Amino acid sequence: MSSLRQPRGAGTRRRTGLPDQKAAGWLFLSPMVLILGLFLVIPIGMALWVSFTDWTGRGSPFSSRVSFVGGDNYSALITQEGLSRQDFMLSMRNTFYYVLGVVPVQTVLALFLAVIVNQKFLRGRTFFRTAFYFPSVVSSVAISLVFLYLFTGTGAINRALAAVGIVGPNWLQDPRGVLHLLGDQLGFWNIDAPPSGLASTQVMNLSLWEWMKGPSVALSTIMIQVIWTTAGTFMLMFLAALQDLPTEVEEAAMVDGANRWQRFRYVTLPHLRPTVLLVLTLGVIGTWQVFDQMYVMTQGGPAKTTLTPAYLSYAAAFNQQQWGQGAAIAFILFLLIFVLTSIQRWVLRDGDEPSRRGRRTRVSARPETAVQP
Amino acid sequence: MRTRTGAGRQVAVYAALVVFAVIYIYPFIIQLSTSFKTDAEANTNPLGIWPQNPTSEAFRRLGEEDFPLWFQNSIVVTVIVTVSRVFLCSLAGYALARLRFRGRDAVFTGILAVMAVPGVVLLIPKFLILNYLGIYNTFPALFVPLMVDAASVFIMKQFFESIPPSVEEAARIDGAGTFRIFWSVVLPMARPALITLSILSFQGSWNELGHFIIATSDPALFTLTRGVAQLTSGGLGAGNQFPITMAAALLMTIPSALVFIVFQRYFTQGANAGAEKG
Repeated sequence: MSSLRQPRGAGTRRRTGLPDQKAAGWLFLSPMVLILGLFLVIPIGMALWVSFTDWTGRGSPFSSRVSFVGGDNYSALITQEGLSRQDFMLSMRNTFYYVLGVVPVQTVLALFLAVIVNQKFLRGRTFFRTAFYFPSVVSSVAISLVFLYLFTGTGAINRALAAVGIVGPNWLQDPRGVLHLLGDQLGFWNIDAPPSGLASTQVMNLSLWEWMKGPSVALSTIMIQVIWTTAGTFMLMFLAALQDLPTEVEEAAMVDGANRWQRFRYVTLPHLRPTVLLVLTLGVIGTWQVFDQMYVMTQGGPAKTTLTPAYLSYAAAFNQQQWGQGAAIAFILFLLIFVLTSIQRWVLRDGDEPSRRGRRTRVSARPETAVQP
Repeated sequence: MRTRTGAGRQVAVYAALVVFAVIYIYPFIIQLSTSFKTDAEANTNPLGIWPQNPTSEAFRRLGEEDFPLWFQNSIVVTVIVTVSRVFLCSLAGYALARLRFRGRDAVFTGILAVMAVPGVVLLIPKFLILNYLGIYNTFPALFVPLMVDAASVFIMKQFFESIPPSVEEAARIDGAGTFRIFWSVVLPMARPALITLSILSFQGSWNELGHFIIATSDPALFTLTRGVAQLTSGGLGAGNQFPITMAAALLMTIPSALVFIVFQRYFTQGANAGAEKG
């Protein structure tokens, strides 16, 4: 970033001194500008146009046979009663529970793995780090195939569960909601006869009973898979941050009599704060885009409980030939991720700067507060 | 006292590590062993490590179908994408880091904006342009849009800014042109960054799925990810024939595993380089 501001004066001087840099500069940039412009910037404009039309995929989207329909594609998803809105709301509900489940669990698991792999006495650290990180470098398609096999009704997972006396569900075929099942177990309701107040009240084309379903068993299986796959990447980020933590700080806290948990809570965790926020941000951006697993494993089923906006957008355009609808979903998803990222950037910036400034004072201040009874 | 709690803690840490190592490694062992099992054994004995009647039938059947072609397509696409990303993104990164010219800051702002676009919303736009240009369902459609990547340009720019400009200035005084300085002076110094970028590009293009779904529809133009994804919906008659799907998954994992083992320490850096862009 500093280079943006700093070389102003120097730049002017050099530009006059070395006139060939302008030509060379644009020559060096031209392949990138051409490819990103042609395959990224222009297409986004085209898709924006398509999202306001009824194009069916035949001929050019700019031909005179394609009609401009204004915001119809967007209102069909948000304000109008109908199947489009119902599917879209289902996909939003599914992904909401998906993000809510995956992001915290993968963050905590990654932090946990980083902390135990970072123990000083540990032998074979490289082996364990490699084992946990390896799934991150493997294709999502290959991992999906393995999990499809592990989680079949008579597959490895259910055999292992049977060995300890648990009858596992038919994982990827099971559309029942986890919260519905939980309430049923706890005696709040009967899953086969939902409370009529919840079942009959409709909000945005879905009953309250549907909204509070939680992730289905099938979606939970995909959540387990994604947590398992990505925790390793985030573990590496936490490991890098942990190795940045000066040992003197830990030692100072130890001299002050802080126990292990207090040292973790008041020395390590504040040091990791920027990394935690980064991991949460990347997690939210990544999880809202979930697509590959749905494409390979479930195609949105069973009973649309693994439908996500990304998959719905793809299916609407490429399978149902409703290109305007598909493009509109993509732009809504784009906007949603943009808003969430902006909020988190703001939190990240807010959290990063003071913690950097405060680190020096915290070093001496925190352990003292930590040892108070 | 201290040593005793220490020993207890060590046992707890090792126990946790072993449990997680099993959770992380066992699926790959099942994948490996199932690909040598018969269809019947894969269904009746999914947990067994040693196949009772080891057979390479699954691999033979993959070899008879389009699988070798998909493998070949994946290799060609990955090589082209990796080579061009390394070259074009370092060119652009160098220009953004070192050369002074009007419009440079605007281009860099554009890069940051492009990086903020989530990849998955680009599926429809990319299809639209490929279709519009008439290259949908052709081989170039598989790799041309992937030849440059904004995040890689960003990584290279950051790297070039981190090395001292004095060597380049010496070369410039000796009368070397801008491209010559870039090629013979700067690039050799950038070796670690180039390796990191190669690995990120390899991994990105070998594992890419979304772009390959929307770029072609002809099975002769499938890459591994696209073709193998098809297996689950009964392609090659592999609906419930798990040895075939496990063998396919295994074969597409091997190149990633080899690159990972050889360049492990660069992966660590790569993960964190990717992180900084967020």
